[in-house]
Parts: sequence; C-alpha cells; structure tokens
Amino acid sequence: MPVYNLNINNKVHKITAEADMPLVWAIRDLANLKGTKFGCGIAQCGACTVHLDGQPIRSCQMPLSAISKKAKITTIEGISEPTLHAVQQAWIEEQVPQCGYCQSGQIMSAVALLKTNKNPNDEEILAAMEGNLCRCGTYQRINKAIKNASKML
Amino acid sequence: MNNNRREFLKTLGLTGIGLSIGLDGFSKNASLKKLSPATVALEINPFIIIENTGKITLVNSRPDMGQGSTQAVPSLLAEELEVSLDQVSIIQSDGRSKYGSQQSGGSSSVRGLWMPLRKAGAAAKEMLIKAAAEKWGVNAADCYAEAGKIYLKGTQKSLTYGEVADLASTYEVPKNPKLKDPKDFKILGKFNKRLDVPDRVTGKAVYGIDAEIPGMVFAKVVHSPRIHDSIASIDDAAARKVVGVLDVIKIERAMPHTKVDAVAVIAQNQWAALKGAKALNINWKSESSKYLNQNTSEYFEAAYAAAKKPGIRAEEKGDFDANFETATQKLEAVYETPFLAHAAIEAENATVHIKDDGSVEVWAPIQGPDGALSQVAQYLGVSEEKVKINVTLLGGSFGRKAYMDFLNEACDIARKIKKPVKVLWTKEDDITQGPYRPAMLSRLQGVIDNGRGTAFHHQAIGESIAGQVFNGLRPNTADDWLSGELSQENNEYGFGINKVSYSRVKTSIPVVWWRSVYASNFGWGQECFIDEMAHEAKKDPLEFRLSLLKNAPRFTNVLNLLAEKADYKTPLEAGKARGIAVFRSFDSISAACVFVSKTDSGIKIDKVISVIDCGMYVNPDNVKAQTEGNIVMGIQAATKGGIIFENNQCVQSNYHDYNILRNSEIPKMEIHVVENYEKPGGVGEPGLPPIAPALGNAIFNLTGKRERKLPLVL
Repeated sequence: MPVYNLNINNKVHKITAEADMPLVWAIRDLANLKGTKFGCGIAQCGACTVHLDGQPIRSCQMPLSAISKKAKITTIEGISEPTLHAVQQAWIEEQVPQCGYCQSGQIMSAVALLKTNKNPNDEEILAAMEGNLCRCGTYQRINKAIKNASKML
Repeated sequence: MNNNRREFLKTLGLTGIGLSIGLDGFSKNASLKKLSPATVALEINPFIIIENTGKITLVNSRPDMGQGSTQAVPSLLAEELEVSLDQVSIIQSDGRSKYGSQQSGGSSSVRGLWMPLRKAGAAAKEMLIKAAAEKWGVNAADCYAEAGKIYLKGTQKSLTYGEVADLASTYEVPKNPKLKDPKDFKILGKFNKRLDVPDRVTGKAVYGIDAEIPGMVFAKVVHSPRIHDSIASIDDAAARKVVGVLDVIKIERAMPHTKVDAVAVIAQNQWAALKGAKALNINWKSESSKYLNQNTSEYFEAAYAAAKKPGIRAEEKGDFDANFETATQKLEAVYETPFLAHAAIEAENATVHIKDDGSVEVWAPIQGPDGALSQVAQYLGVSEEKVKINVTLLGGSFGRKAYMDFLNEACDIARKIKKPVKVLWTKEDDITQGPYRPAMLSRLQGVIDNGRGTAFHHQAIGESIAGQVFNGLRPNTADDWLSGELSQENNEYGFGINKVSYSRVKTSIPVVWWRSVYASNFGWGQECFIDEMAHEAKKDPLEFRLSLLKNAPRFTNVLNLLAEKADYKTPLEAGKARGIAVFRSFDSISAACVFVSKTDSGIKIDKVISVIDCGMYVNPDNVKAQTEGNIVMGIQAATKGGIIFENNQCVQSNYHDYNILRNSEIPKMEIHVVENYEKPGGVGEPGLPPIAPALGNAIFNLTGKRERKLPLVL
C-alpha cells in the first residue's frame, strides 16, 4: 500500500493508505484529527472543508494520490495556534453554532476568504460561503461573524 | 393543552417517569459516594454531585442536537443552587431511570424540567446552608448561598460547598424547598454565552461520528432501495477484494415496527467500507406485498380520496356539518404538504462494543439515552444493568435520531462479528431510507356570517406516526397526537362551531417526527385558510384573527407585537407584499410576517419577522437562535422539493437533489421574544409552523393567486 507523508498543520503524518482514499478519511481516521467532518461525500455540503496550500477544498473529493508532496494541509485544529483565530473568536461572540457539526467547514471557508479579502462585502461573503450547508440555519450569524472578524484582522 | 408529550410517553411505555425527576430524591437521604480513596461525593439527587474537593458536577439529562440543552438544563439546577455554569462540570446522563425521561424531543426539555430541576437545586442549597449553619453554630436563616459558597450574613465568614458537603449529606432531603422568585433570577432569562460553543468552533466537540475505541472496525450498511425487500443473493467477490475489507455479512435493519434485510461491509477503515459497499452486487427480492402506497402518487391519491369522505371525529363543538350545509357564505379547500427528510449534516451512526463479559457499551448521537438503554438491552437480550450508553453530541437531528434503527444495526453487526464496530450511514442512506416527515392533507371548511368567522372544520388526513411506528393507534380512532394541536383549546380561535377530524392514510414509506412534527404540516392549511376566510369576509387577515382571538390575550399580544414590528398598518409599495400567520405548538405561540417582492426571476423572500411567546425561558439569545433556525428550515420546507417515491423507492439521494437552504437563500430575519412570567413553553420547534403559511399568505397578497400545495414555486 502506498505511503504518504502528509503535512497537516505543519506536522508530517506518515499515512499508509490506498491511493484513492479521499483526504477526509486520512485526516479523520489515520491522522486522528476529528475536527474535520464527513457530510455528504459529494462536495455538496462543505462540512469536510480544509485548506490545501491555503485554498479551501472539499476533502471528500481529494484522493491522496492527487496531493503533491510539498502540499500543506490545514484543518480546523491548525488555525488556532497559539490563540483562537479571529474567525473563531467572532463565531463565539456571535454564538453562531447550534449543533456545530458544519462549523469546522464554515470556519475554514471563512478563514480562506479573509486571507485573500480582508474586507469582503455581502456578495463576496455569500459567494465564498455558498458551498457550506448548515441545516440548523445559522447563516445570518455566520455572515455577521465574518464581518466582525474582518474588523479584528 | 398539548397531547404530544403525554402521548409520546405513553406510547413508549414510559408513563410516570417523566415528571418525577429529582422529586424522587427528596423522599430519601442523600447518598455519599466514594469516587476515589481521597474523594467523597455528595449525591443529593442524581442531578447534582458535590465532591468534598469542591468539585461540582451537574447532569444534563437531555441530549444536545443543537437546541442548547447543554446550557439550558443545567441552568435550571444552577439558578437555585447558586452556582454559575462556569464553576461546574456538566455531564450527559446515561439513560438510567434515576434521571427520569431523557428524551430530547417535543421541545420538552425546559418546560418539562423547569420545576423538578429547580427544586433539586433548591433542596441541595438548603442542605448546604443548614450544614454551614451547624458548623458555625448559627441559625440557617442567618446564612445565604452565593456562587458556590455559604456566607454568614454581616461577616466575612464563608465555607465552600465542598467543605460542607459531608455534613449536608447526613440530612434528609427537604421535600418542598423554597424556590426563588423569578424576578430574582440571575441565570434564567438572562443572556449567557453557551459554554459548549468554544469546542464547537475548534473541532474539539465530539459527535457520534468521532467515537473511536480500541480494536474498532468500520461498517457500511447497504440498505434495500425499496426499503422492505429481502435479499435473494449477494455477490461479494469484488467487495472482498477491496483492500481493507474484512468481511461482508447479512444483517437486519430493525426499525421500531418492522425488520428488513441489509448487508454490512466490515472494514479496517471507513473508506474501505464505503468502497466495498459500492463493489457489492446484491440481488434484492421484491417484497411487493409489503408495499402500501409506497409511491407518493398513490399515497396522495388515497389521501385526496379520503378528503372527499368524512373523517373520524376528534372533537366537535356544535353541529358543524348541519351548520355548513345550511350556511349561505362558506368555503372549503384542501391543502397539501409533502414528505420531508431531516437531512442533518451528520448522518446516522453508532458505535457498539459487546465485551467478553457480555456487557455492552454504546457511543451514539441519539435523542434519548433512556430509550436507547432499553432498546439495546431488549434487542441484544441482556439486562439493562449490562448496558452502558454514552451519548455524544448530535450533528443535527430534528427528530431523526430518536428513531434508532441505526443503533440496532450496530448491535447486530457487533454480535455477529464479535468486534467493536462503528456503523456510519451515508447521506444517501439518510435521504433514501427514511423515516420521513409524513406528507399530509388538510381539508378545511369555514362559514362566514356577517363578516365574522362562525364555524370551522379541520380534517387532518395522512399517516399516523403513532400508528405506523408504534402500532399504537386503534382502528377508527383519531390520533390525538395530531388532532390535539388542531383543537380549539390549542389554537383558541373562538369559532362558535368547531370541529376537528382525522382520516388515516396508511403507507409503508417510513415516517417519524420531524421538527415541530404535525404542526409543520397543519400550520400550513390552518393559517392559509384563516386568510382565505378573512378575504371571503372582506376583512383584513390580522383584524379577522384578532376578532376571533379576543378571549386569547397571549395570542393577541403576539399578533399585536408582530403588527407593530412589521409596521403592518403602513401599505407597502407596488410589487411588494407581506403575509402573516400564527400557530401554537409545544405550549408556545409563534407568529411570523413574511415580506416578499416580485423580481425578474420570480418571487423573492426579503425578510421574515418572527415573534415567539414561550413564557419564561433560559437564554433569550438561544430562543432567537432557535427561531432563526426555524425560519430557515420553515422556508426550506415550504419552497424546496419534498421527498418523492417512484417505483417504490426514493427519487432523491443527496443534497444535490434534496435541497436545503444555502447561505444566499436566506432572507433577513428579525426575532422578538415576548417577556412574561408564564410557564415555560417549547423553544426548539414552535417557530417553524407559521413560516410556510405566512409565506403562502404573502404570495397571495402579492399575486392574487392562492397556493395550497407545498412546495411553492417561487
């Protein structure tokens, strides 16, 4: 079985897995980082969103074979060192989560947005967040929290 | 007022436990427990544990699926115990009967536990004060409790709860402890940040899917596309070749009312199990004798036929039929709501370990640990003492994870492979297998006399959850679970003549509770039809309602507040309209005003204003959050496609064809919470029922066209 040295949150994880295993399962079951969630499995819900070299991707659609050796993967566990990220602080301030299951993915999308756009307008927020579903319906708070986070950055 | 809870308990055979929580402990001495050689804990009742180290543990008995019970339930204890939640540890109950009913459902947590848990907290506080007074040799009346300490009035003297716990444990538990005046509440009714939120934004929160135990294997269950079919043969040669697949076995999916065949692919990791399942070739044998209205078209055909015939009378004031027959100004309409999937983002899952000594341990996102405990014991044929239930957080549920077929599957696999196993459904399983919210019709008839509504009849038509799931509905009986919500006592519309009836339409499509249960169906018909009656009477819909509700002050207050916040009296510009609706469910009244406008691409929902009167509540921000969620889910239910069965199987399979609202699709939302000292009502569900009818009424006001069938095409 192939062996992959995955750089996840600046730590190299030696992963022995089939080449077609989607990244989400390697992260969750093999690197044992459970903050990234499995949702729909078809890139419709965004619960599995992580960063690949800073870009938000749906890790359920990313086979290990497609990840370059130098790639840096960031998960929800990797954005809050040493303190909570501004987006996480804003999420707490707005009391965004209900069940919270989708929020790792929501936050990873929001962090990626604010990295490239420090002060997004409403349309830009919607465009960046459109791929992240929340069944509890926390969207209004998500959008407000992103605006607040942009002021903190 | 509301039959849901009682009926639910009765059906599951839990009557008599529900409200005796905590009270049970008052008749007995508190118990001392050895936790470790150095630590003694005072368990005043099952909900409060004070260790002599000073550690205080409060028990949350209601699983948290996002409705906020992790904060709300312990707050009831903490308020009277005089501790703040950041001073205590909170643990989830394990299903044992000492915690009473532990089912999150029916928006029952706060309204059901409000008095019992406050009493539990107050009793503990009285005992701790008495112990401090004894230590100091003073009167208990000269002592008071605050923030986890007992103080002697007028001095600097204090003792922590831990310091007096040993002595307090020697006292009888007071039967009628004095409760605080709600005006003195420090926690209840106040905004406090939910302390579980940080874990939910850092990836640390543990959901069912995150359970992991040593030696665990992973299973993917393959279900019958037509739900009820049996297996003729399995070709598992390709599946077994998938790297990581350990085994392929035939199992059963044990639903509450029926068992069906299924196949489990067991693997070393979840991906291998999923891949193995795709490689399986199962020859399903059609069990057509089990299909009953298993196509939605057949079900609706049967329902519309039932709408042409009288139903079973649930309640009647006056002689409706005679009045309707002779009335000169009358109207009649049939409203339709579809089947819906819960579609929580975390799919059904459970981890089960059957140990060598025969004991069983479960980790699962489930709505009721007590139900799970008895279900697992019964299913595996072991005593309840041998079963340990660990409830994880639920990644959404909305009723689905109270139906624990997935837990039985994990039990069946664990006993067959003799290894701990995690079963994880996929979104496809979740969407195609049900259970679903039942599709229902409302046949409504109304009489207008002199500009007033004088007679009203709501005939509820469709499958009964109690009937299908629990086999708990006798023939020719109205399901009071659903008719209770339509009763005049509940809606308080002052029609002089009023009737509620029910016609059951059976289906083999599995059904169960879905957020706000039947209120999500019948709010649509009731509240659109009230608008139809208002228009027939040439009255404004708000005025028409207020005249019918003049003896219902909480309803009129909610409607007047809504009218004020929605600036109802001010006309809107051309191309814009609004609609209102009000509905009581789970002892709370919620009203909504939906604003719509015409655009080039259709009708746009601009804004929703909701008002909720849930009596006293724990956290106003959580009431708002739940109501926001109900608006979003209510709009989805009203505007997105319902579940369709064709060829006896579900047409949709995942979020690409079963659509839930995306971020860009939500309107602006504004929530107003009524302040009063009424008994607490539900919070998690009551905001949903008025959304669809308020939207339907807004669309009529915009277009002049009355829509009676959901989903609406915007």
